[in-house]
Amino acid sequence: MTPRQRRMTLVAVIVAGVAIAGALALRAFRENVMFYFDPTKVAAGQVKQGQRFRLGGMVVKGSVQRRPGTLDVQFVVTDFAHTVPVHYANVLPDLFREGAGVVALGRLDAHGTFMADEVLAKHDEKYMPPEVARSLKAGQAAAAARNEEAAH
Amino acid sequence: MLIEIGHFAMILALALAVAQAFFGLAGAYLKRERWLSVAASAVAGQFVFLALGTGALVHAFVVNDFSVKYVAEHSNSALPLFYRIAALWGAHEGSLLLWICVLSLWTVAVALHSEHLPRTYAARVLGVLGVVSTGFLLFLLTTSSPFERLLPAAVDGADLNPLLQDFAMAIHPPILYAGYVGMSVSFAFACAAMLEGRTDYAWARWQRPWTVAAWAFLSCGIALGSWWAYYELGWGGWWFWDPVENASFMPWLMGTALIHSLAVTDKRGLFKSWTLLLSVGVFSLSLLGTFLVRSGVLVSVHSFAADPARGIFILSFLVLMIGGALALYAWRAPALGSTVGFEMVSRESFLLFNNILLVVATFVVLGGTLAPMISDTLGLGTLSVGPPYFNPSFLVPMLPLVMLVSVGIHARWRRGALAESQRRIFGSLAAALLLGLAVTYGVYGSHSILTPVGAVVGLWIILSSLIEPAARLWRRLSLPAGQIGMTIAHIGLGCFVLGVTFVKSNTIETDVAVARGESKQVGDYVFRYEGGENIEGPNFDGFRGHVTVTQNGRVVERLNPEKRHYLVQGTVMTTAAIGARWNRDLLAALGEDVGNDAWSLRLQYRPMIRFVWLGAAIMAIGGITTLFDRRYRLAPAAATAAVAGAAAGGDAPVQP
Repeated sequence: MTPRQRRMTLVAVIVAGVAIAGALALRAFRENVMFYFDPTKVAAGQVKQGQRFRLGGMVVKGSVQRRPGTLDVQFVVTDFAHTVPVHYANVLPDLFREGAGVVALGRLDAHGTFMADEVLAKHDEKYMPPEVARSLKAGQAAAAARNEEAAH
Repeated sequence: MLIEIGHFAMILALALAVAQAFFGLAGAYLKRERWLSVAASAVAGQFVFLALGTGALVHAFVVNDFSVKYVAEHSNSALPLFYRIAALWGAHEGSLLLWICVLSLWTVAVALHSEHLPRTYAARVLGVLGVVSTGFLLFLLTTSSPFERLLPAAVDGADLNPLLQDFAMAIHPPILYAGYVGMSVSFAFACAAMLEGRTDYAWARWQRPWTVAAWAFLSCGIALGSWWAYYELGWGGWWFWDPVENASFMPWLMGTALIHSLAVTDKRGLFKSWTLLLSVGVFSLSLLGTFLVRSGVLVSVHSFAADPARGIFILSFLVLMIGGALALYAWRAPALGSTVGFEMVSRESFLLFNNILLVVATFVVLGGTLAPMISDTLGLGTLSVGPPYFNPSFLVPMLPLVMLVSVGIHARWRRGALAESQRRIFGSLAAALLLGLAVTYGVYGSHSILTPVGAVVGLWIILSSLIEPAARLWRRLSLPAGQIGMTIAHIGLGCFVLGVTFVKSNTIETDVAVARGESKQVGDYVFRYEGGENIEGPNFDGFRGHVTVTQNGRVVERLNPEKRHYLVQGTVMTTAAIGARWNRDLLAALGEDVGNDAWSLRLQYRPMIRFVWLGAAIMAIGGITTLFDRRYRLAPAAATAAVAGAAAGGDAPVQP
């Protein structure tokens, strides 16, 4: 091979390799990216059947129920407009609290219960994840509008 | 009063940073000998005033001066002295101050070790560093001053986040920053080379030790952060692909590419413009990391603040610096063509593949890190990208990379033909295969094809790194520090690969609810919950559980996990108990009281996890070792001669 051919082969190998890596990464990205839905979007049926997603909202006060002596715990997540019941069977994080923001990862079952496999409650108790804060604000506005309608 | 003096000292430091930038760059351009000396003096002056300003703030922390807002928000009189000092960098303003101090230290080090550099070149390096320092000091003083007073003064402070009250976390930021900021020194060397319009490649030898030193600090800092997350966050994970972790990992990945491409430029004069581009890239990623972490666009433990003004400032600074550097590159790079060639199977091409794979890996991480932000900004929905994306995608470039290491080590500069190294390559591979498969199937058992592959590759890297130095010792040839360091660093990589392989494929973790006296099997180990008691600490109270771990009926660990309630901030924290041996960790963490006298517990068995951090530490030690190589201590005349000799000579070894 002449030096020129050699260089061209090298370039071709590199381009092919980078292209393959890029394609694989893109595929992994499409398959594994997780979308965020709040209870309003869940109620509107935006979630595809069996799709794994992140559910965010506030843990309704007084909704946390534990089967004594087990890990099974149930609670309700709200954005003030709609609610979704959540079931979880692992250790809850330190900052999980009634009345605090939460993000849970998992899937909806046939009865509309969110089967969480991971629950995130990070930061301090004053902190609200931005997407959850947005959902709560929108939900609150929707609920207020509904109340007004009912009053009329 | 002292704090106002400190604030004033910072303003003077800014003025001196401007002087350093101006006299360094303009003095070199106009060839004014006097101006060059002014730049060096400005470096020293800036250091003194920064020390004064920082000292004033440290003093406020030590004496619990809660009339300083930053102290009142992040310290507390009940906090031990060590953490009161470490609280300095426990939040946004202070960590920015730390960044500037570290930059000043690096700049002083450059100024002290620049006598072998051409005068104008050294002045340009200091000038570019002055520009960076000016940007950050402006940022600190205009958007995030830690010197603000609180009126009326607080009675007591709001305390440091309990997660940060920890030894590793106290030293993690300075070390990580030493790496992060050190990359701006590397950047300054590259910019100075471009500003000088140098067409030779002597600068590569000058830039190389600084880059390697920064890289070593970065390795240590990342490993410390990972270790901290492992035992302090309480749930036993050691890498989460969290945006903030990625922010420091991306400069590390590209920095690894840079130190390898610098090796080629230094020894062979090739890849000149590519090396310069990488230097700009690594620095950009450091700045981008700062932007990601500090602007609050990220949802993460580390984003202290959500202040758009700060984000806009950093973004403009980022655009100016990177834009300027790239413009400079576009202007100068065309003059940097290489005349020498290399063959397909030479060390140069292996290092070229190393660079491409590492850059691809960097972009894989970058894409996953930025995607949520881009999608959110463009209104395409709120999404998150986690380990299910990062793990497989990252493996695509990394697997070939670690496989090529063992072959590439044996390749010669310039020449083709691996034939002479065939025995070494296949010999070490055969030994690694034997040992790797024995460990995989004999000790751990395999759950995926990646387990034996990882074990064999890790061992192969270690074995093949040892061959060349062993052969040299056998033939009583000298072993330069550069080669010893490279060998050590590659052994570190091998250890890391082994650690990741087994901890990824053979970890067992389970969450259970157990009553007193109940036990649970985790792999070969039986964890038994023995009950617990209430505890009281200096600034917390809580509960301590007792877990006994037995293996084949013999007690191997007694673990005492805690649940702490920090009184001032009212936060609850899990303190996991870890029983560590060189080849495995056993972890128990308390969840919560689940009623019926039972607690929820998280139990884990993690084999070989120590090798992950050990590997990173060994890599850093290897990097530091190379700094003692004689080639970096040559006088400028000798260095230029050696470079000229290498460019002209064919097979002549470049090793001085």
